[in-house]
Amino acid sequence: MDLQDRAEHKAFREEVRQFLKENKHLAPGESAFSFRMRPRNLAGEVRTWQGLLVDHGYTSRTIPKAYGGFGAEPDILKSRIIADEFFAANVIQGLGNQGISMLVPTLLEHGTEEQKQRYIRPTIRSEIVWCQGYSEPNAGSDLASLQTSGVEDGDDFIINGQKIWTSGAHIADMIFCLVRTEPDAPKHEGISYIVFPMDTPGIEVRPLQTMTGTPSFNEVFFTDVRVPQANVVGGRGNGWVVANSTLKHERGLLGDANRSLDSLLRVGKLLQNESLDGHPLMENPLFRDRFIRLQARVQAMRLHEMRMITDAGKGKGRGLGDMVVKLLGCELNHQLDGLGIDILGEIGVLYDESPMLRDGGAWQANFMFDLGLIIGGGTAQIQKNIISERGLGMPREPKVAGA
Amino acid sequence: MDFGLSEEQELIRDSFQGSLSRLAELDTVRRTAEAGAALDEDIWAELCGLGMAGLLIGEDYGGAGLGLLEAAVVAEELGRRVVPVPFVASAVMAPLAIRLGGDEDQCRAWLPAMADGSLRVGVAVSESAAGAREDAGVTAENGVLSGRALFVLDGVGAEGFVVADNAGGLHLVRADAAGLDRVGLKTIDRTRAVSELRFENTPADPLRQGEGVLRSVIDAGRVILAADSLGAGEEMLRQAVDYAGERKQFGRAIGSFQAVKHMCAEMASELQPCRALVWYGAYAMEHEPAQFSLAAAFAKSHVDEVGRFVARTATEVHGGMGFTDLMGLHYWFKRLGVNRAYLGSPERVRDEAARLQGFAA
Ligand SMILES: Cc1cc2nc3c(=O)[nH]c(=O)nc-3n(C[C@H](O)[C@H](O)[C@H](O)COP(=O)(O)OP(=O)(O)OC[C@H]3O[C@@H](n4cnc5c(N)ncnc54)[C@H](O)[C@@H]3O)c2cc1C
Repeated sequence: MDLQDRAEHKAFREEVRQFLKENKHLAPGESAFSFRMRPRNLAGEVRTWQGLLVDHGYTSRTIPKAYGGFGAEPDILKSRIIADEFFAANVIQGLGNQGISMLVPTLLEHGTEEQKQRYIRPTIRSEIVWCQGYSEPNAGSDLASLQTSGVEDGDDFIINGQKIWTSGAHIADMIFCLVRTEPDAPKHEGISYIVFPMDTPGIEVRPLQTMTGTPSFNEVFFTDVRVPQANVVGGRGNGWVVANSTLKHERGLLGDANRSLDSLLRVGKLLQNESLDGHPLMENPLFRDRFIRLQARVQAMRLHEMRMITDAGKGKGRGLGDMVVKLLGCELNHQLDGLGIDILGEIGVLYDESPMLRDGGAWQANFMFDLGLIIGGGTAQIQKNIISERGLGMPREPKVAGA
Repeated sequence: MDFGLSEEQELIRDSFQGSLSRLAELDTVRRTAEAGAALDEDIWAELCGLGMAGLLIGEDYGGAGLGLLEAAVVAEELGRRVVPVPFVASAVMAPLAIRLGGDEDQCRAWLPAMADGSLRVGVAVSESAAGAREDAGVTAENGVLSGRALFVLDGVGAEGFVVADNAGGLHLVRADAAGLDRVGLKTIDRTRAVSELRFENTPADPLRQGEGVLRSVIDAGRVILAADSLGAGEEMLRQAVDYAGERKQFGRAIGSFQAVKHMCAEMASELQPCRALVWYGAYAMEHEPAQFSLAAAFAKSHVDEVGRFVARTATEVHGGMGFTDLMGLHYWFKRLGVNRAYLGSPERVRDEAARLQGFAA
């Protein structure tokens, strides 16, 4: 174990502080916390800020230079310093959307040189915004049963079918999409992972209202959408393997301990600033106990992440330790939001517009949204199936004939 | 950054694992526990040969001069095998108290014999660490102690004690000191000993004053109990998964039922991050001392909660078999139960964590 800040890290912290001092005014005013309340505005401000962060290596830090990243060695202390300092300065961090956090690592692992050259640089700069076309009305947890079809036509595929729950499809430039291209192959071997522009003729996007009141996901319909076969990532019929690589990154993103820490600090502030009968809620031992319980959990998740990164660096394979992160992290975030709401009491149920509204209504929005993330990206139950069957080696569910 | 064990630490773990898999079979544990001994002399001798008793004692005094992280690694293995030997008090808290609060003479008089395992020392700090029950407490005046200390760790069979008084001072007391009475207390856990001490003008040798020493001794004890619980919890999960793979009902292994799988997945998920919490708590003592008390509080209180969940869930996976004495799973269940109560229940420890952070007066 060695967690000491070295001289190098002290200097780095100074550098980040200096950067923030000089550039803070360029950061989009919207705090990272309340972005879910409004449709994401990815034009202008955000794009400039994101580009600046990429240039300085404060986001996409380890993406190779050749593809437009900063090309740094992974260093979790530095990542942590960036997160801490941005948080302390109340400045929005680099984006962590589906393109940046899921597609880019997948392309690095499975993409052709041409695909990497073409997509990674504009994606990390937020010049291309992506959506993830996996789920279908009849293929949710059982994703491999998806039916959207791609039929070969010369050098192209002609795609027909429907996706659902596609987050951000209404604002996305591109989609990474799972399509059945080999109808005669077994379920898991007939799928291809294909990327294409959302303005390709034959695509229709219908936003779906969500429980938060903000339409964040959509139905996406494909009618004779023509896409070059060259847009397949990782080889024809190999989409299941590629998709799982994306899912692995998605699960890491969804369980991100920095996000939990961010929430925890905000809950702590709430406990100190909100009062009941004239006393700060922090003086109430029951609320304090709930807070410290969650604080211990957040601490456990942060330290666990450090252990996982150390293990990965030593070439120890991904195992049980990685599999539990999505399940635990998403549940933890939901609990933190719930505590925030409870601290606020009746004020905590105000929504939309009210002079008493706290943080723009984000506590309720996040409480709902984080429940969505317990479901999305593989539900909690599916995570437990994975943990028990793959992590603990327990017997598989007997297969139902024909499923 | 390196958040992992060094090769040397892994070696320590492996050598304890190796010895214990040979020595601490359930039958041996059972024999010792049923005899009410809470100490298996053969295991004790072999583990002392591996340096267990002197882990935290400096090389000058015949110990290995290692840190709390090494001790936590060992504690995890002891918990995994519910090993009936004194450790948390005799090999961690007592040496630490003397190291931090003792003068040269005291160190010379106590540490070398503790390091080779010939002197076992119990620790009486329960009133400071967990609060006083039944108005217990010890007062120190003019070099003598009076009063009662409850739940003295590793107390049975100890030849000496480190005792906290009501004012936060620590004292060394020989077991044969005049005016000292020792009463064994039976707990659910027969793999470790706990006792009550009664003092009546008992001569004692004070350690250097200072809240800091007592604080560190308690914090170190908390980390070690958490490590013990982690090992015990992991073993209970392992047994549950094994059993679920073998036991058949409705024509299939019960481990293929999702309800059973999900119980195991939940145990595994809760246990996984505990390791990092324990390691960091131990690491903090030497390397991030300003964080030590808080890190120890998080480790203790969180692992206590996870321990309770795992103890009941793993038992449940075993059905009626889990409830039997024959299966022996109850040794782990009880060890976890005791670790939770010692040196501060989770509620108490979380309250301290709040105070440490200035959240409460
Ligand atoms: C906020 C949000 C954003 C999303 N964004 C996207 C996106 O951008 N792109 C995309 O492709 N998809 C997206 N999804 C879809 C998401 O991946 C699916 O909702 C999810 O995989 C579950 O599928 P389903 O909704 O069909 O539920 P179902 O699969 O029908 O599940 C319903 C219930 O049954 C349980 N269940 C199902 N199978 C099993 C089993 N084998 N064992 C035990 N329990 C089981 C589930 O755990 C769940 O509780 C999003 C979902 C949400 C909520």
